[in-house]
Amino acid sequence: MKQLRSILEGIGSAIFLMLRSASFVGTIPSQFARVIEQCYLIGYTTLPIVAILCFFVGSVLALQAGYSMQDFQAQQFIGSLVGLSMARELGPMMVSILLAGRVGSAVTAELASMKVYQEVDALVTMNISPERILVLPRLVAVLVMMPVLTIIANLVGWYGGAVVCRYTGFIAIGPESYFAAVRHVVKFKDVFDGMVKAEVFGFAVVLVCCNIGLNTRGGPREIGASVTRAVVASLILILVLDYFVTKVLI
Amino acid sequence: MDLPQPSHIPHVTGDALTTGVAIEGLSKSFGSLRVLKDVSFTVKPGEIFVLMGPSGSGKSVLLRHIIGLEAPTEGRVLVDGHDPMVEDTRGHVRMALVFQDGALFNSLSVYDNLALYPREHRLGSEAEIRERVMHALQILSVEKAASKLPSDLSGGMKKRVSIARALVIQPQLLLYDEPTSELDPVMAATIDEIIATLKDEIRVTSIVVSHDRDLALSIADRVGFLMDGRLIHIGPPSGLKAPEDPRIADFLNPKIDIRNPRFKSLEA
Repeated sequence: MKQLRSILEGIGSAIFLMLRSASFVGTIPSQFARVIEQCYLIGYTTLPIVAILCFFVGSVLALQAGYSMQDFQAQQFIGSLVGLSMARELGPMMVSILLAGRVGSAVTAELASMKVYQEVDALVTMNISPERILVLPRLVAVLVMMPVLTIIANLVGWYGGAVVCRYTGFIAIGPESYFAAVRHVVKFKDVFDGMVKAEVFGFAVVLVCCNIGLNTRGGPREIGASVTRAVVASLILILVLDYFVTKVLI
Repeated sequence: MDLPQPSHIPHVTGDALTTGVAIEGLSKSFGSLRVLKDVSFTVKPGEIFVLMGPSGSGKSVLLRHIIGLEAPTEGRVLVDGHDPMVEDTRGHVRMALVFQDGALFNSLSVYDNLALYPREHRLGSEAEIRERVMHALQILSVEKAASKLPSDLSGGMKKRVSIARALVIQPQLLLYDEPTSELDPVMAATIDEIIATLKDEIRVTSIVVSHDRDLALSIADRVGFLMDGRLIHIGPPSGLKAPEDPRIADFLNPKIDIRNPRFKSLEA
């Protein structure tokens, strides 16, 4: 019962934080530099790890599919499988999981530290809303960067699959056939749906991490506990939201 | 050290509060712990009110109520007739709090720490903001630290930068939480002079939480004494010279008696 109450309080607090941040939307132009800085932190610094991970996700997918399909001589469908899986599910999912682990933890740690060491209180006393300068730029940045990261994740994943198909003996599908299958099956709507998912997941992750960070009380140990809680909550949230968003989009 | 004279301060402009600060029946509980118990007092516009008391008596919590960082469990706080918990109050009344640990923004340089307020509130061009910031840094003799990060500063330097940051706000109400702790005696005296000068020349209302009896005697208009969450004394600072209340006398002039130590209860 206590845990349920805590979860409901967390949801309520996150929604309140979102509404408070949204009330400052008009200040985005004057915070352009902050948004760009957050875009850099969320997008550019996450890009290499997204690329590496998604390359191997695409590769493993092609390898497993090729291994399973060789008995049916259905290797020509590997491109379709990898293409659709990456675009509709794995691309946005992997980017969001990386975002939770890499960016979400950093955001929580930074805001929790600012809260514990009274920097957030100092902002309030200066009549500067923490939601405006700490939360809103991050939410805007994640909305800007998630589609970019997702498209790159999809492309790299597809190429990972192509490389495996080309150089694995029992698959032996050339890049032309592989990408022809990708083009044939993957429609704009699939990529778009994936980007919608990524936007929802990314927004939820950053919102939850900001909320947990700003509600941290105590000392250094609580900062660490908040980071753990934020990452775990983000991962659970991604999986739960995935089901509902997929249901809406299908 | 070439300390600046407090007479430089009038460059900082401000307008006084009209009705001051009123605290009426303020009580605060954190769970089952009652930190403040029915505290009532007023601070007149332009007054320096020094709040003294042992550690853990609720002084800092009281300051946090006055600036609107904590909501009262019972009673109310009014700053110039406004509830400080209401966001608009900070638009009506310029308030600043000098935190005990500085609370500087660790990711920003000292200069940017001070420039944040005028930039966010668009209080002039970058050149004007620079002049305002550098002046505040000069008052506290920390202008050479402008480009440093707070993590590169000593405890005393952080405190001075924190006071400089409060000055940049040009506050009508300035709250200090232990402003002279961690400072050497000369700098502590300078801070006392700055607090007094702000009152004399631009009628800044100041509430100072301190353990420093010398500070209270030299600059306070009135002194309040908080013990176990209750305000047990309010009066002129001269009352501290020979306090009638034995608890205040013991706090101000603690006698070291190794035959009858205060921690004897620990033996149990």
